[in-house]
Amino acid sequence: MNNVTGKNQRSRAFLTVFLKEVKENLRDRRTLISAFLTGPLLGPLLFVMLINFTLNRELDKAEKPLPVPVIGAEYAPNLLDALRAGGVVPGAAVADPERAVRKQDADVVLRIASDYGKAWRKGEPVQVELFYDSSQRDANTSVERVSTLVENYARQQGAMRLVARGMSPSTAWPLQVARRDQATPQSRAVLMFAMLPYFFVITVFMGGMYLAIDLTAGERERQSLEPLFANPVARWKILCGKLAAICAFSTASLLMTLLAFAVVGQFIPAEKIGMELDLGVHFAAYVLLLMLPLVLLLAALQSMVAAFAKSYREAQTYISLLMLVPLIPSALLSFMPIKAQAWMYAVPLLGQNLGIMQLLRGDGVSVEQLGLCLAGSFAAALLALLATVQLYRSERLAISA
Amino acid sequence: MIEVRNLHKAFGAVKAVDGVSFTARDGEITGLLGPNGAGKTTTLRMLYTLMTPDRGQVLVDGIDAAVDPLRVRRELGVLPDARGLYKRLTARENIEYFGRLHGLPEDLLASRRDALIKALEMGDIADRRTEGFSQGQRVKTAIARALVHDPRNVILDEPTNGLDVMATRALRQFMARLKGEGRCVLFSSHIMQEVAALCDRIVVIAHGRVVADESPDALRAQTGENNLEDAFVKIIGTDEGLAA
Repeated sequence: MNNVTGKNQRSRAFLTVFLKEVKENLRDRRTLISAFLTGPLLGPLLFVMLINFTLNRELDKAEKPLPVPVIGAEYAPNLLDALRAGGVVPGAAVADPERAVRKQDADVVLRIASDYGKAWRKGEPVQVELFYDSSQRDANTSVERVSTLVENYARQQGAMRLVARGMSPSTAWPLQVARRDQATPQSRAVLMFAMLPYFFVITVFMGGMYLAIDLTAGERERQSLEPLFANPVARWKILCGKLAAICAFSTASLLMTLLAFAVVGQFIPAEKIGMELDLGVHFAAYVLLLMLPLVLLLAALQSMVAAFAKSYREAQTYISLLMLVPLIPSALLSFMPIKAQAWMYAVPLLGQNLGIMQLLRGDGVSVEQLGLCLAGSFAAALLALLATVQLYRSERLAISA
Repeated sequence: MIEVRNLHKAFGAVKAVDGVSFTARDGEITGLLGPNGAGKTTTLRMLYTLMTPDRGQVLVDGIDAAVDPLRVRRELGVLPDARGLYKRLTARENIEYFGRLHGLPEDLLASRRDALIKALEMGDIADRRTEGFSQGQRVKTAIARALVHDPRNVILDEPTNGLDVMATRALRQFMARLKGEGRCVLFSSHIMQEVAALCDRIVVIAHGRVVADESPDALRAQTGENNLEDAFVKIIGTDEGLAA
């Protein structure tokens, strides 16, 4: 009755599974939204809004007139003139400067002692007080500005006094520091974009997540895994078809997010603060290459975790926990700026992180680094794949009840 | 033809199947009858190689399931206990998926699919997504996809479970038709009347063992009971789990 089936036709099984899973999941709204909307687009948008907000605030602070409450302004009119020349707008005195700063009514308060004039005329050192709260990072730029203006004024006056006594001002400053900042416009951008690699990883993760759950735990819950395994196809072939479908979705997500970043990168006013940001084709191509093994690794890991779960919901819980893992290298690198060693490129996730940061710095990725990154991650992906294949062999996997 | 020789399967300390042997012949309907938990589903799962027996042998058309499980699965059409469909695919797409997994060429797949849709009278639902199908519509779809590769041997695990009277009648007629086509039909049930009405041969399983393997008439003669229901109760030793 049968046996019309040839061997080459049966090798279609991989493709059959792949196409069916893709077709079925393209019909699922939740998967589509996660893979093609929230995953790839939310990241770039959020990112741009955040960056714009930060940049604009920094720029504003540097140029804007800065209101500063001054206590005892009448004692030091010359100092106040110097501050006004630097863009500070002296405000009315406040009764309690400590409280004003702590309550964030003012970024910084200046207090001039009542004996300022007397001491100044005698040529004695006088003190002005700056009240601020260094834990308010927002206020730091203002504090810096006021403090620099006051110090410059002091130095200027000191120099004039020396000249009046017939001495060269350089007697008082035998040493001068000349700062030579080696940051390039690109490397300055890096500090701000330290979380960018995480966005890419999360996009890949979210792109494949619902498929991974649906294709193992979901299929088991719906009791369709047992009939599926009754077909004359080796289980590893079925698994490979499913993994390919997961990878297709997560790669599509990644491509979309790269595109979104390229478009959105145009709207980041990076050059305003002397940064340079290249999120174009060259960048996208390298990121894609670096991320490819991670696509496979994450697909295998997600399937493995989903295969342990008895139900869709259980799998969802496990996978959300798994989502925290890619956060580790990004968080580590942004809080502890470690010097990259060659071996670190071979560590999955960490390698991608370092590589993408290199690209952002404009240094490019060397062949050796690229090789290490791909080899290390592909090896990990292969291990995860073998472990998942092994798990798929288990008798219990197919049985729903 | 399906031959089962001395099958054993234990889950921990529980002996689910404890030495089951029987033969299901071509052109016959063989019924696997037993109360719930007797080991029917586990036995069938070993037949379609979802589970590996601890001991014993399964031969399908002379092929040893332990040696060539893929070929055995190719010779079998299986309606398992779990009959989940892909709810985002139509009935037709569900059938085609399994046909392609069996490696059917597209033209043959199309003709087999259409023949089954006609035979199972599911023309009106074929192009609907299976989400929201009734129990009867689901079973029909599951049977169609199980038989799309035209297997000589058909295994049905409790096929009438959850079906109404009309659907059950239709299914019985369909099974008789499979038998008429010369196929080997093996199905399990805990409903005695169904087995009595359909089977050429009845294999009664209780506590993981075969307690009788006869034709319905021989079974009556063996137990000395005219009524099959009384005969079963006598064989099994208890009337637990047997539905009339």
